Amino acid sequence: MKKQNQLLMGNEAIGQGLIEAGCQVATAYPGTPSTEILQAVIDRQGQAVEPLHVEWSVNEKIAFEVALAASYTGKRSAAVMKQVGLNVAADPFMRTAYIGVKGGMLTIVADDPGPHSSQNEQDTRLFCLQGRVPVIDPCSPAEAKELIQPAFELSEKYELNIVLRPTTRICHSRQNVSVREPIKLNRQADFQRDPTRWAATPAFLPALHRALNDNLEKVALEPDWQPRLTVGNGDYPRTALVASGIAYSNLIDLLAELQLTQAIDLYQVLMPYPLSPDFTRTLHKKYDRLLILEETYPVIELQLAHPGSKGKQNGMVPREGELTPDVMHQVLADFLDLAPPAETPTERRGQRPSLCPGCPHRAAFYSIKKCFPQGIFPSDIGCYTLGMNLGAVNTVHCMGACISQGAGFYQAYHQDEQDCPTIVVTIGDSTFFHAGIPALINAVIQQTRMIIVILDNATTAMTGGQPVPHMGIAAGNKKTKAVAIEPLVKASGVVFIETCDPYDSERFDALLKRADSYIRSPEGGVAVLISRHGCVMDPAVRKTQDSHLVTILDSCIGCEKCTGAFECPALYMDRENHVAVVDQDRCIGCGTCIPVCPVNAIVRETKP
Amino acid sequence: MKQQIIVSGIGGQGVLFLTRVIAQAAVNRGTPVLTSETHGMAQRGGTVLSTIKIGNFASPLVRTGQADIGLLLWEANLPVHQSLLRENGVWIINSPVAGSGSRIDAAQIARELGNPVLSNLVLLGLAVQQQALFCSAEECAEAIKQLAPKKFIEQNLEAFQKGMNG
Repeated sequence: MKKQNQLLMGNEAIGQGLIEAGCQVATAYPGTPSTEILQAVIDRQGQAVEPLHVEWSVNEKIAFEVALAASYTGKRSAAVMKQVGLNVAADPFMRTAYIGVKGGMLTIVADDPGPHSSQNEQDTRLFCLQGRVPVIDPCSPAEAKELIQPAFELSEKYELNIVLRPTTRICHSRQNVSVREPIKLNRQADFQRDPTRWAATPAFLPALHRALNDNLEKVALEPDWQPRLTVGNGDYPRTALVASGIAYSNLIDLLAELQLTQAIDLYQVLMPYPLSPDFTRTLHKKYDRLLILEETYPVIELQLAHPGSKGKQNGMVPREGELTPDVMHQVLADFLDLAPPAETPTERRGQRPSLCPGCPHRAAFYSIKKCFPQGIFPSDIGCYTLGMNLGAVNTVHCMGACISQGAGFYQAYHQDEQDCPTIVVTIGDSTFFHAGIPALINAVIQQTRMIIVILDNATTAMTGGQPVPHMGIAAGNKKTKAVAIEPLVKASGVVFIETCDPYDSERFDALLKRADSYIRSPEGGVAVLISRHGCVMDPAVRKTQDSHLVTILDSCIGCEKCTGAFECPALYMDRENHVAVVDQDRCIGCGTCIPVCPVNAIVRETKP
Repeated sequence: MKQQIIVSGIGGQGVLFLTRVIAQAAVNRGTPVLTSETHGMAQRGGTVLSTIKIGNFASPLVRTGQADIGLLLWEANLPVHQSLLRENGVWIINSPVAGSGSRIDAAQIARELGNPVLSNLVLLGLAVQQQALFCSAEECAEAIKQLAPKKFIEQNLEAFQKGMNG
């Protein structure tokens, strides 16, 4: 077997692991920090020795169900998502615990302690405890990859869905990882009909539930998945450290730096649920004091229920945020009575992110805020969350929530019979397909009066440009049928539908005002304005759009409208001379800032 | 041989590419390497930080006061990431103005080469010239050749060389 070392990101290592283990159906909806996993599978599709279907599904529930049925046929499959994606897939995920799988199935759920790029820092391991699904918590990119093949085997042995839970620091770390040839499984799709299982009605569920519980007891005792002990030298008798995931790796380095390597018994927990009863018994018998380090919730701690354990429950370990090496240093010093670490300076925030120079969303948000200064602006998950910087985003909740929240705002204001502020919802194209369509239908049938601006930039931009259903492109740039937005909106019962390039601010403003008149008219309802301009991160878009040399004349009055209300990062204030300046390194020459200037001091010349 | 390196900048400056080049140089040596990177929302022009640990480490993260060298592409990040550097650690800074650490107007040099994003490799050049990094100029050049898109290899090497010349 050919073995070689490659520098791989954790997500690439996991993707490589899926190919090597003979996974034949891999599905995902993009979401940081999980996105690069499926991309890595797509990039390596040519290495697969057997047929491999890869798809960017429309949402996580669909991704899970597609992978699930593929597993019913005996083939190996994987569904990939971020932690909040599992909330979307929760319904099929929970039932799958009872019904089980046939071919090995992995659900790879990337958690985001911190959080760095998410709406919460929920712990998938706790989700798995509630859902009764075994979960694996790798401590490095290399380990995440190494565990994929055995995880498929475990899944097949007990016919259970298994969760692999990497965290941001695994997903977005690079490491030298050994790479192997994929295995060949020679499996033909062979769905064995068994309605008492695959279509189990309540009558069959108690038996299935019992079988699950029996299986979980056996899984917890599987020898290969037991916690791993590094024995200490006895300096700290009847004391042990218990860690899982990246916290374990952080601990290894911290102990080395403090010259405490192998000074104390140290356990790495590979499978936090179901926790081995042997392990629990050993800890209760052998130790009086335990420090438990895990992200983000006390999952191991809760199951251990050790009277001498210190962790998140007694507050020795912070209950929120990442267990960074600095945080862990403080905790370890408290637990072992070491010299306290030098005070770490209070964390300073760096530069805040903002919409890219030339981003069509900026132009759309600026128009919205200008036309409706008193408006209510529900928005959603994506780059366009950054419309917050322009004051044009008031709420951000979860995928697709903006449309239903807009409807909720309307109902609450409307029943007071007061003049309702104009509600302008903004939702990205990918988010609209993901969870916006049922919400739109609901808004229409509940006779909501609001404006929905679909920010169509022809891609899933935030996560790096995955394809969207209306472009007719599937994973790996393959051609597929395009599902257009306009007919979907129309079929949802919307009468007012307009499309406009937000770079054309005059027309965009006019359409927003017309939409406002429409929703306030006797026959009014939901108005949809599709704001259409490709993402400027896409080189193809940049190639086709005009680029000008944008400069600022001496007549600039330093009002800061272009750097503040418009907030383009390619413009900054020269504080000494109190004028705005164009950062030519960052400016893409779109000229959308020109109409923003009240004294027409921003000008353009066509680039030679 | 152990070394802890941080690379600090804002999204769009090529922090990730610079991180990969340094890590690849370690892989080519057969030295263990771990990096951590910032992806997601912060990549939209916000402050981003990469950490690189060369040698026998388990975690990619760098604790306060442990980094041996800091490559700073965005000077305004200095107060944000300063505490990560150890007492005698070395800062290599992209800046047009004089001040602490080793400095070079990498942005200007990159602009002259026709692409502002090349300041990342100019900075790498200066770090190698200062003998601050675990690897040699040849090793960096090799890694650049492996990782850069084919049509940009020459330009990337030129940027690196300009940094080497100070």
